[in-house]
Amino acid sequence: MSALFANAQPLDGLIGGVLIGLAAAMMLLGAGRIAGVSGITARATGLAEDGMSMSSAWAFLIGLPIGSLVVAAFLDLPHADFASWPVLVVAGLAVGIGTRMGSGCTSGHGVCGVSRLSQRSLIATATFMGAGIATVAIYKLFGGQ
Amino acid sequence: MSIARRIVPPLASGALFGAGLAVGGMTDPARVRGFLDLFGNWDPSLAFVMGGAVIVMAIAWRFQTRMARPLFGDRFALPDRSDLDGKLIAGSALFGVGWGIAGLCPGPAVASLALAPLDAAPFVAALLAGMALHRIVPTRTRRTQSEGI
Repeated sequence: MSALFANAQPLDGLIGGVLIGLAAAMMLLGAGRIAGVSGITARATGLAEDGMSMSSAWAFLIGLPIGSLVVAAFLDLPHADFASWPVLVVAGLAVGIGTRMGSGCTSGHGVCGVSRLSQRSLIATATFMGAGIATVAIYKLFGGQ
Repeated sequence: MSIARRIVPPLASGALFGAGLAVGGMTDPARVRGFLDLFGNWDPSLAFVMGGAVIVMAIAWRFQTRMARPLFGDRFALPDRSDLDGKLIAGSALFGVGWGIAGLCPGPAVASLALAPLDAAPFVAALLAGMALHRIVPTRTRRTQSEGI
């Protein structure tokens, strides 16, 4: 964008976002369902009873890594930088409990719900973004990366 | 419903979703944490990803209201809750904390299982454990609805 946001990739982001929107639209208009990854994950593993059929849930989840693999085969993706295993495990537990308790994540609330102007999703999205921003700020305050 | 109708649309949707995450840089947790680093070296890329996705979906919702049923299904099965409760806020806050410390949410984590399996697997395993934990711990008003937006 500019020297101010040296690392930003606004065009890549916008194209990626449009693809995600098309994927969610395909799920909505094609299958009549919400493309919420946390809910679909719970459904696929039998941790939620209602929702799409288990075979549909598995098909969607298997599609996710296939899509990113195809992109990686054509584009030179930068090296992804992950946290250490203990941090990943603590974060995974928090995300697992939190998305079930809050009925959704970035895709279900942030994309599908916000675009529908669902009051629950607008509040959920503002809450997890606020909590995420505060967490990174506190993390850095105590010398974390 | 035939097997093809149950498998092909969600598989295509998932693959397109995973492609979008990779193109948008969302399979890199450092970039996601860069967006959440509002008071530091802020990287606005995630806002463009969400903006692009929300614009397309806002148009899709307009089509949805004019359709009697989905293209490959019998009926729309969509969340209809409008009540606000403490669990929505507390759960979303807890999710945000996890998202902030690792830079991962469920979509990019599952999408990364092939690209960076050794990093994504422990997160996804813990994610499933957290979901199971939430299910086991009894609550007064148990809800097992998959998405309650």
